[in-house]
Amino acid sequence: MKRIITVTVINQSGVLNRVTGLLMKRQFNIESITVGHTENPQISKMTFVVNVEDEQKLEQLLKQLQKQVDVLKVNDITEKQIVVRELALVKVASPPTVRAEVNSIIEPFRASIIDTGKNVVTFQVTGSPEKIDAFIDLLKPYGIKELTRTGVTAFVRETQKVNGPQLSILK
Amino acid sequence: MKLTVEETEQVYEEPITTQAPTQLNGADVFIETLKKHQVEVIFGYPGGAVLPIYDALYKNPIKHILARHEQGAIHAAEGYARVSGKVGVVIATSGPGATNLVTGIADAMMDSIPLVVFTGQVATTVIGTDAFQEADIIGITQPITKHNYQVKDVADFPRIINEAFHIASTGRPGPVVVDIPKNMATGLFVTPKDEDQEVNLPGYQPTTKPNFLQIQKAAQAISTAKQPLILAGAGVLFAKASDELAEFAEKYQIPVTNTLLGLGGIEGNHPLFLGMAGMHGTYTANMAIQTCDLLINVGARFDDRLTGNLNYFAPNARVVHIDIDPAEIGKNVPTEIPIVADAKEALEALIAHEAPNGNTVAWLESLNISKEQYPFHYQASEERGLLPQQVLELVHEYTNGDAVVTTDVGQHQMWTAQYYKFRSPHNWVTSGGLGTMGFGFPAAIGAQLAKPDAKVVSIVGDAGFQMTLQELSLLQELRIPVKVIILNNQALGMVRQWQETFHGERYSQSLISVQPDFVKLAEAYDIKGYKIETFEDAKVQLKEALESDEPVLIDCRVVQKELVYPMVVPGTGLHEMIGVKPE
Ligand SMILES: Cc1ncc(C[n+]2csc(CCOP(=O)(O)OP(=O)(O)O)c2C)c(N)n1
Repeated sequence: MKRIITVTVINQSGVLNRVTGLLMKRQFNIESITVGHTENPQISKMTFVVNVEDEQKLEQLLKQLQKQVDVLKVNDITEKQIVVRELALVKVASPPTVRAEVNSIIEPFRASIIDTGKNVVTFQVTGSPEKIDAFIDLLKPYGIKELTRTGVTAFVRETQKVNGPQLSILK
Repeated sequence: MKLTVEETEQVYEEPITTQAPTQLNGADVFIETLKKHQVEVIFGYPGGAVLPIYDALYKNPIKHILARHEQGAIHAAEGYARVSGKVGVVIATSGPGATNLVTGIADAMMDSIPLVVFTGQVATTVIGTDAFQEADIIGITQPITKHNYQVKDVADFPRIINEAFHIASTGRPGPVVVDIPKNMATGLFVTPKDEDQEVNLPGYQPTTKPNFLQIQKAAQAISTAKQPLILAGAGVLFAKASDELAEFAEKYQIPVTNTLLGLGGIEGNHPLFLGMAGMHGTYTANMAIQTCDLLINVGARFDDRLTGNLNYFAPNARVVHIDIDPAEIGKNVPTEIPIVADAKEALEALIAHEAPNGNTVAWLESLNISKEQYPFHYQASEERGLLPQQVLELVHEYTNGDAVVTTDVGQHQMWTAQYYKFRSPHNWVTSGGLGTMGFGFPAAIGAQLAKPDAKVVSIVGDAGFQMTLQELSLLQELRIPVKVIILNNQALGMVRQWQETFHGERYSQSLISVQPDFVKLAEAYDIKGYKIETFEDAKVQLKEALESDEPVLIDCRVVQKELVYPMVVPGTGLHEMIGVKPE
C-alpha cells in the first residue's frame, strides 16, 4: 500500500542520506521524495511516497525514522485531509498543424507554456498526482519528448473530516 | 632517515602551524573534553590524519592502548564497555585506519555497545578529491552507527563530543562516530559560548519512564497468568537491573530464561532460571516459551536465533515487551502490552505494583522436572579424547563462576554459554548479533583493563583466534593476566557442524590441517603456553594455568567431531529441537 509520510528533520548535512539510507537498508521502496526548508531555515521537511507491505512494516518504518537523532517528527498523513501537490514539466511534439489543438487541451489544467520551439512546446503543470497523470495521458498521443515530475509535497489541512483516504493513488 | 620540515609537509600535506603556546588548537580541546568525560583509557592506532591528536595526547596524556590492528582496538573497547558499563573510546587514522574499524562498529551497533569512535579525516579543503588516505567514513558508517558527525568547525569540538557521549550512552546504547578532518585538529580554538557547548538534541529524547497504564495492564496479566515466563535480554544488563530482575521474578514466582547476550542478568544457579533459550538453548527454556501463557520480554529483541521460526513462536502467549527502543517492540513478534522504558524503571514499577500473584506452583514444578530430565549432555570416554564441554566445566569449577568470560564466535561460544554459570552480572562478553570472529580475544584485553583484579578468561576457537591474535603483543607489553583458552578442534567447528548436518558431510574449506604451534607462538610473545590433550592433563594444567597471575595461553586439543546440541534447526520452531537426549 502507498503511504504519504512527512519527516521533519534538523537541517544537518547528511540527514537526507541517513533517512534514505535507512529506508533502503530496511527494504522500503521510495516512490518519490521531496525535500526543502520549512519556515525555519534550520529545519527541513521531507515528503515521501512509500510502498509498504502491511501495517506492521509501516509501524516499523515510522519507528525507525523517529529513532534517528536528527529527526524531529514523523507523520503518516495518508489518512488525513491533506493538500497534495506535484509539479511536472512536459515537452510535447507540437508542430504548427496541431499547436492550437494542443494548447486548447491544457486550458482546463491551468498549465502554462514555459518554452516553445519550432516543433515542440514545454508545459508546466501543478496539482494532485492524478491531475498530472490525466494531463500526461491527454498529451501522449501527440508525442511526449521529455517529462519530469517533482514527486509530491503535502500539507495537512486545517479542518479534518473523518473519512478515508481522499487520493486514488493511495488505493 | 630524518625528514626536513618541508618534506614532512609534503608527506602530510598540512602546514605545521606555528602557534603561541597558550593558544589551544582543536586537538587540545579534544583531549580536554575527553578528560571532562572521565575517559580513563583510549584504544587506538595513530596515522597521518590523527597526528595532531596524538601530539596533543603526548602533551596531555590519557592512558592509550596501542592495539596492533584497529580491529583489535575496537573489540577491546567493546569488551571494556561491556564490563565497565562506561563508554569505550577508540581513535584511528583516516582511510585504512577508519575502515579497519568497520567490523567493530557494526558489531557494537548490533549488540548496543556504547562506543565513541574518533576517526581522522583529510583536511576539509581536500575532502572529496580522493586525497591520500581519504575514505568517506561518514557514508560508510551511516547504516551501522547510532549517529555520526564530521567536525566542520573547530568551535564545535566540545558540543559534538558532548553529544557523542550522550547519544552513545543513553537510551539504547550504541556506537557514535566522530570524523575529525586534520585541519580541525590543528585549527585554533576560540572558546564558544557555554550554551553552544551543551548537548542540543531536540530530536533525541529517549523515554525511560514506563507508562503507568501499561504497567497496570502488565500487572493484571501477571495476576491471571498460570504459566508466565520472563525472557531477559541484555537490556537488563545495560539498565543495571539484575537485582530488580531477580526481585521481580521471585516476587511473582515467574521462571526466567535469558538470551545469549542476557546471560549473567540472573544468577546461573538461581532456582527460577531455566538456562538460555534459542538455537542452542536448553530444551526446558525453549519449551517454556512454547507453552507459556504470558511472555514478559525484558530488554531483548526477539532475534531470529532466539525465536526460531516465528510462525510457531510462543503460540499461546500474551506478550509483554519492555524495551527502551520503541522500534524493537512489535518488530518481530506481535505485542499486546508494549512498555517503552528503561528495564530498571519498568521492573521497579512492576515490583511496586501490588498485583496479586498468579498461582504458578504447578508450572514451576513441571519446569523443574523438565530441567532434571533434559540437562545438556555429552558422552565422554577416554578413547574419544578431551571434550570441549569438559574443559568448560573445569573452567567453571576452577573460577567458581566468578570469572569474566569472553568468547569468540562458533561452537566454543555456544558451549561456553551453555556450561558457564555466571554468579554475577557484567562478566559475560560475546559477539551476538553480528557474530564476529576475531572479537573474543581483544575483547578480553579490554575487559581486563576494565576490571584489573578480575580473572578474565577468553574462550576462543582455533580459527577465530587467528583473526586477531596479533594482540598477544598487548599481553606481552601490559602483562595483564588474561587467560586465553583455545578450544582447538583444528576446524572451523561451527561451519563443520552445519556441513555435517545440512550439507551431506561435505567439509568444504572447514578443516584446517596446518596450524601454528600455539605454545611456541605464545612463547614468541613471552607468554607461558600450555598444550592439553587429555581430561587428566586438563584437570591439573588448567588449574595451574587459571591460578597464575600472568597471562597464559592454553591450547586444548579437543575432539573435532563433537556437535553443539541441542539445536533448533533453522526454519523450525523452538519445540522441534533436535539432540535433546543422548542417542
Ligand atoms: C568474521 C567471520 N567470518 C566468518 C564467520 C562464519 N563462521 C561462524 S563460526 C565459524 C567457525 C569458527 O571456527 P573456530 O573459531 O575454530 O571456532 P569453533 O566453531 O571451532 O569453536 C565461521 C567460519 C564469522 N562468524 N565471522
